[in-house]
Amino acid sequence: MSDDVSRRNVLFRLGVLVNGAVAALLAVPIVGYLLAPVRRNGGVGYMSWITLGTLGEFPEGQTRMATFRNPFRRPWDGQTADIPCWVRHLEGENFQVFAINCAHLGCPVRWFPQSELFMCPCHGGVYYADGSRASGPPPRALFQYPYKVENGQLMILAGQIPTLAQPLGPQVQTADRGRMPCA
Amino acid sequence: MRLKALGEWFDQRLKLGTPIREVATHHVPRSTASWCYVFGSAALTLFIIQVVTGILLAITYVPSAAEAWNSLQTLNHGLTLGWFLRGVHGWGSNFMVVVVAIHMAQVFLFGAYKYPRELTWILGVFLLICTLGMAFTGQVLRFDQDAYWGLGIGVAIVGRVPLVGGALVNLLLGGPIIAGDTLSRFFALHVFVIPGLLIVFVTLHVLMVVTLGVNDWPMPGRVVRRETYLKEYAELTHKEGVPFVPAAIWKDMFFSACVLLAVTACAAFFGPFGPTGVPDPTIIQTNPRPDLPFQWLFAVLSLLPPSTETVIILVGPVILLVALFLLPFYSGEGEKSWRRRPFPVLIVLLVGVALVVLTRLAVRSPWSPVMDAWGGDPVPPEYLRGRSALELQGALVLQDKQCRNCHALGGLGGRRGPALDSVAVRLTPDQLIRQVIQGGGNMPAYGKNLRPAQVTALVAFLETLHPPGQRPAQDASQAGLPSPDLGSPAPR
Repeated sequence: MSDDVSRRNVLFRLGVLVNGAVAALLAVPIVGYLLAPVRRNGGVGYMSWITLGTLGEFPEGQTRMATFRNPFRRPWDGQTADIPCWVRHLEGENFQVFAINCAHLGCPVRWFPQSELFMCPCHGGVYYADGSRASGPPPRALFQYPYKVENGQLMILAGQIPTLAQPLGPQVQTADRGRMPCA
Repeated sequence: MRLKALGEWFDQRLKLGTPIREVATHHVPRSTASWCYVFGSAALTLFIIQVVTGILLAITYVPSAAEAWNSLQTLNHGLTLGWFLRGVHGWGSNFMVVVVAIHMAQVFLFGAYKYPRELTWILGVFLLICTLGMAFTGQVLRFDQDAYWGLGIGVAIVGRVPLVGGALVNLLLGGPIIAGDTLSRFFALHVFVIPGLLIVFVTLHVLMVVTLGVNDWPMPGRVVRRETYLKEYAELTHKEGVPFVPAAIWKDMFFSACVLLAVTACAAFFGPFGPTGVPDPTIIQTNPRPDLPFQWLFAVLSLLPPSTETVIILVGPVILLVALFLLPFYSGEGEKSWRRRPFPVLIVLLVGVALVVLTRLAVRSPWSPVMDAWGGDPVPPEYLRGRSALELQGALVLQDKQCRNCHALGGLGGRRGPALDSVAVRLTPDQLIRQVIQGGGNMPAYGKNLRPAQVTALVAFLETLHPPGQRPAQDASQAGLPSPDLGSPAPR
């Protein structure tokens, strides 16, 4: 009788153990699936070089908006994969390409050529023409896309929404070119 | 007779009649059959309405970044009373947040979280989190411009988390940008995950109210002690108890009906919320605003000093939640009556006033520049009449350089900076020049963006802005001397 009971107990425990093992086995793909958006291409990330346009589209001395189709996208993204940015052509092959997102909380900054300022409609962050912080709550300058000029085309390294954690790769030092107010 | 037989046939098999009757007629202290005890049931009623209207909306809604906005247009304009259902769901959400908040304040004031109802309170905190979670994810499902940039703000906050910020951003968005995968994620959260949690938590929460008994009306001096409370409560319900149905429930029913009536009335009169513009990020002529439950947060994020911002945004909610979870353990015994507990009264008043003030402030949002004021808002004609050419030139500079986006004239324009109607009284010409050129105090420096002649003209115009009877401010050390920079002094 007692043997029987202990055998039942053993079988019950075995049942719990088997189910636990299956659960652990299932958890691996589930967690992996949920975390899939975090890492891509073995951690390389979502950034890739894309063309913004020919140099002729960006007159020297002006800041203009450009839009690009995000390099990483889904067929059902609709218009949300169209990302705007601000292109400032200094001279020759010298550019600054700013993210649209305010460094404070990501709202879209607007360029005002008359006063040469970027203004944010949300919490009133203001930036100078070279992207440096002018006033308001932003903790840093505007995010800048790394760029290069190839065959007369302006290309940027894009694909990831810029945040303080992922500020679009290494920041290009701009102190030696462009205008630095209050320098 | 037939009906009764049918009922008995089912009850013989289901065996639910007796437990339901027991729950319905369980005795509650007479004093709890009160209008103060109706908010929990109203929240439950609202939740049920949200589930029903939510399912009805899901019949039409398309959770795809490319189509969601269009499907809402169809709901609003193409389907019979689709707009009304959206209105009920949207207003029901606002009402639910408010009713849950009132319920929480009442429970806090009445000491209902004390022994033995600690777990009921903790589940209530989870319910609050879930309710706010539903409000935020629901705003995302509207997938208009406000939703798009609201997500941008969420992402920017998450991106401030040390070390794992970047990973959390991509996890939240389901990818590198706000796009199709983001909406799918939030759809799953809004329709499956959070409602599932809500159903589980609500069930346990209500079950515990029934099994532990509803909180007795707090009397000053009737102190909660772990050793004696259960016995005292049993006596209370035994001696002067009344059956929940019908003695207490009629008030719940009346209040719930009133709340539902208010929701449907709001839906009928004010209609559904949005959607605002299409979720096209390249349309940046937008003025993103959060939904009502998060307006206070919008104000906080705007008003915090930048240096403390990240710490407060990230650590503040954690401290708040820990405090809420620990509350029933910190003060699980003792007085329940608000008459003997000044701190809870103070806290509720403080939080209530803060929320109302911050929300009102957020609706005005004086910190947001008015992006089209410089081109759209006129200069009051009396500010231009009889002015010299230089001063008129200065008025033009003021408009052209977007000063109006932050500074109002005649009540029109931004309110980020001070109104300029009487600026000449506050600042001397030298101070004006310095402020314009150097900026400071939330103002950008215009030194590189204005030619000296423009600064001269601008300051000449600003110097004319003072009430008729009041002289403009003057540097005491130069009193009596003609102003050197401003050319010939204008007749005043």
